[in-house]
Amino acid sequence: MLLIPCPFCGPRDETEFRYGGQAGIAYPDGETTDGEWAAYVFMRDNPKGWFHERWFHAHGCRTWFTVERHTVTQEIR
Amino acid sequence: MRFTFDGHAYRGEPGDTLAAALLRNGVRVVGRSVELGRPRGVFTAGPEEPNALVRVGPDPMLAATTVELYDGLEAWSLRGKGRVDPDARDERRCDKGYLHCDVLVVGGGPAGLAATVAAGRAGARVILLDDQPRLGGDLLNSRVTLDGRPALEWVDGLELPARVLTRTTAVGYYDHNYVVAVEQRPHGERLWHIRARRVVLATGAHERSLAFPGNDRPGVMLASAARAYANRYGVRPGRRAVVFACADSGYEAARDLADAGVEVLAIVDPRPDPPPVEGVEVLAGQVVTGTSGDADGVLNGVRAGDRDFACDLLAVAGGWNPAVQLFSQSQGRLRYDEELLAFVPGTSAQAERSAGACRGLYGTSEAIADGYAAGAEAAGQSGLSGHGPRVPEDDRRPPRPPAAVWSVTGPSSEPAFADLHRDVTVADLARATGAGLRSVEHVKRYTTAGTGADQGKTSGAVVVGVMAALLGAQPGQVGTTTFRPPYTPVSFATLAGRDRGELSDPVRTTAMHDAHVARGAVFEDVGQWKRPWYFPRAGETMAAAVRRECEAARTGVAAMDASTLGKIDIRGADAGAFLDRIYTNVYSTLPVGACRYGLMCGADGMVFDDGTTTRLAETHYFMTTTTGNAATVLDWLEEWHQTEWPELEVSFTSVTDHWATVAVAGPRAREVIAAVAPGAVDLAFMRYAETDVLGMPGRVFRISFSGELAYEVNVPWRHGRALWEAVLDLGAVPYGTETMHVLRAEKGFAIVGQDTDGTVTPQDLGMSWIVSSRKPDFVGKRSHARPDTARAGRKRLVGLLPDDPAALVPEGAQLTSGEGTPALGHVTSGYASAALGRSFALALVREAEPGDRLTAVCGGEAHPVTVCSPVFLDPGNDRRDGLPLTVEVGPYQGEPWPAESPAAAFAARFQAASTPAARLREIAFEPMWEVRGADPGMGLALGPSWWLVTGNVPPGPEWVDVSDQRTVLELSGPAAEEILITGCPLDLHPSVFPGHAQTFLGRASVLLERRAPDNYRVYVRSSFTRYLAEWLLDALGGIYP
Ligand SMILES: [Zn+2]
Repeated sequence: MLLIPCPFCGPRDETEFRYGGQAGIAYPDGETTDGEWAAYVFMRDNPKGWFHERWFHAHGCRTWFTVERHTVTQEIR
Repeated sequence: MRFTFDGHAYRGEPGDTLAAALLRNGVRVVGRSVELGRPRGVFTAGPEEPNALVRVGPDPMLAATTVELYDGLEAWSLRGKGRVDPDARDERRCDKGYLHCDVLVVGGGPAGLAATVAAGRAGARVILLDDQPRLGGDLLNSRVTLDGRPALEWVDGLELPARVLTRTTAVGYYDHNYVVAVEQRPHGERLWHIRARRVVLATGAHERSLAFPGNDRPGVMLASAARAYANRYGVRPGRRAVVFACADSGYEAARDLADAGVEVLAIVDPRPDPPPVEGVEVLAGQVVTGTSGDADGVLNGVRAGDRDFACDLLAVAGGWNPAVQLFSQSQGRLRYDEELLAFVPGTSAQAERSAGACRGLYGTSEAIADGYAAGAEAAGQSGLSGHGPRVPEDDRRPPRPPAAVWSVTGPSSEPAFADLHRDVTVADLARATGAGLRSVEHVKRYTTAGTGADQGKTSGAVVVGVMAALLGAQPGQVGTTTFRPPYTPVSFATLAGRDRGELSDPVRTTAMHDAHVARGAVFEDVGQWKRPWYFPRAGETMAAAVRRECEAARTGVAAMDASTLGKIDIRGADAGAFLDRIYTNVYSTLPVGACRYGLMCGADGMVFDDGTTTRLAETHYFMTTTTGNAATVLDWLEEWHQTEWPELEVSFTSVTDHWATVAVAGPRAREVIAAVAPGAVDLAFMRYAETDVLGMPGRVFRISFSGELAYEVNVPWRHGRALWEAVLDLGAVPYGTETMHVLRAEKGFAIVGQDTDGTVTPQDLGMSWIVSSRKPDFVGKRSHARPDTARAGRKRLVGLLPDDPAALVPEGAQLTSGEGTPALGHVTSGYASAALGRSFALALVREAEPGDRLTAVCGGEAHPVTVCSPVFLDPGNDRRDGLPLTVEVGPYQGEPWPAESPAAAFAARFQAASTPAARLREIAFEPMWEVRGADPGMGLALGPSWWLVTGNVPPGPEWVDVSDQRTVLELSGPAAEEILITGCPLDLHPSVFPGHAQTFLGRASVLLERRAPDNYRVYVRSSFTRYLAEWLLDALGGIYP
């Protein structure tokens, strides 16, 4: 059970959150090739190590935010 | 204390474990081994027990060494495997609780006690867990002295500034210092979820065995266990004993046994130069090479070298294994200590530190010193700098290193067991390595060594040692298997706690639920909602009821409880622009007062949800979603707003539970509307009116999911029952979800999640008309142009008519164009239609045109079908306006059902359950608003720019009325907090809890507010109120004196 630091509520149990996947995937601007669009929709990193990811405090303040989590040690910074 | 074992009556002493009581009564054989059926006796005095497994009541398998004796206990030995008795009555009331602390100390032996004292004195919030009824750890079992006094006097003299939980075993150590522990309570176990800033593990050590021929006879016992029975329980585990001392703890056991009146014949020590022991022969450099048994297999002799000893007890001291299970679970790395011949904690992975015997510091004084240091460090003090408590001095010599002996081979034909629980012998391990297995993980799976209920606590080191010998390696190179939770077995009843039966998952109910029950509705689960499926009359089958309900909707007037639809209040200057980006069609140009049906797609272009959104005012919209997707859609809106378009001025408020909704459908629906909502009688199709409903402020939408003249009438929750009763009193026939499905399918309306599955575009549904080509962008638009999405030959929604008009084609049936050809699609909906006088179906299928012949195959049946348009009824929408009013209809004159809060029915039960310790009541109705944007200067902050204001205050201009969205329950009294921690994961400590927070209580999302010490208000969504009321009542029933 991760303890996730909500920027509004402080640390809360993982069960109060929804996972939002990799952070920083920007909505493409302007014209895109099929490949660029598919990369936006479908392709995500899956690193062993530090990972910027989004969480949503669904059962609390309903804020989307980004944390950096280590996918092996589960450290969050 | 009287008890029975296998039906025989015995007497034990208070404080006995069942194992101690059995030994007290001379019971040597306590069970049969799992594979070989060999007689086995008590082997240990703790949770590491591999042999003495018993059935007690509904518990199919407990270690007798951990069962506290009570008067009247009935226990049964296991013959081989444990078995669950499905008929056993389980009277336990298990539950769970959440705790938070600065420092969690696991283990109440010398190190843990010292850590608790040091951390508590430093001002930390400390929790101490110990699995025994009494603190002291191994001091309970030994006769060690501290400063010349019995060590337990030191224990009893300690002031422990901590929450101390005895009879509590930490079973799991998870990420972010989350420790799960099981407390044995008089009425059942409590599963504690503990979040700690720092953890001190003081879990002690387990003595290990070693493998030698005949080492499994009843009468062979760990030396530490023999010592514990003698010292702690006053039980002589035998009359004549031999001690096999690979470690110096064997000498201590020999001395204590002798002092307890056991005749100790010899100490067998593989090491050279043993210290002399007064009155006992020590066989130096010798090992036990075999045992003999009587007719029952019970030990009656031990062979060491060329000597035979007639004895009934062989106490084995194989050395110690630090109890590193929790450390290992925490992802800490183990290190093999060549001197201790054991795995010890290496590198910590979490904010954790081991102290005392669990890191190889076996002496009492050194464990206490280590505990003081660990406690101070955990509390944030750097070193004790001489100011810490004085460490008392014990009376023991430092132990010599143990002998590196893991197994003894001898001439005996008796098997030498490595794992007693799993009946794994040295020969089995040799077969495994002989078969080429090198990894301890593989050998574990091949032989099952270490997979028993004891998880190899006494045998793991033996297995590793034997494997090392077989492979010519060092134990440190072989390594250990992974330690996984739970540390000791945990019953499913404990894990389930109170989340059983009615409370296993929240049941959401509408304002009309009691009315549905009273009318005999058969319910269907839709997500967590209970929805009426159909309303059978006496003796009516489901098919007949649905047929009747459909006929009423097509020919007269019928009504459905539509309250479960998700409802979202959307406000802001950019609300229209936002909706244009979310829906495939246009909302910014929708006239005020108009409704529009819309589809939402994911970024992948697939249909994600549908519903009707109405423009209530220039900057104010009202969205409905499907029942099952309400929360997901709200999350979706907030995700796009917060993460992509924060510049748009728009806010979203769930009002699903604020409104009760009745759908009135049928050609004569206008007659009902004229009586209940006269202001809405002239509404045009897809128009909305804010108007009085039964004299109460309501909202009426003229929208239809059946093709008939239909209205969705909304009133605040507390008036829902009144509206429903009036509508039915006016002649509307109640219908359920099944009829709703038939009616919509006849019109070819797809249900998201039934006729779609996440791979279906609007175009696939034949709904290109709803996909705007003029908008520059909306979520999913670009994906509709992807080659795969735009290609021909995709599955599309079609209608199917079975050749046999009576044949119901099952949903999920595969469609083929002929035998031996691949499936072209599948049936998504299939019904019998009263209006069509035949059965029909909807399907997703590729390469099919109207008139094509297909076969629907399901199970052993094949139905020939013809493809047709999915719109089966009224393709010209001629039925939409229903029948005109032909008679004057006045306002409804019936006696109105009184307004009802969701918790009204609980008032008497709340009162009856309340005690001086805890009182429960519903707070009387008060207006409530959710406020966005600027701080209203009052109310409770729910999130950034989000407040809840309660009370009779003049509302601001854009405040959203949510008066009926939540019900407020008050829990007060000195036990309130202890009740809340059984379901609320938050830290309620005054130094941490901000006064209110949104979180969970039980399995319901709530807003929890502390109004005063011992006075809490719980704001729960109205549909969850019944669940939470039952949960709270159940919790109140769980306060034990
Ligand atoms: Zn939050």
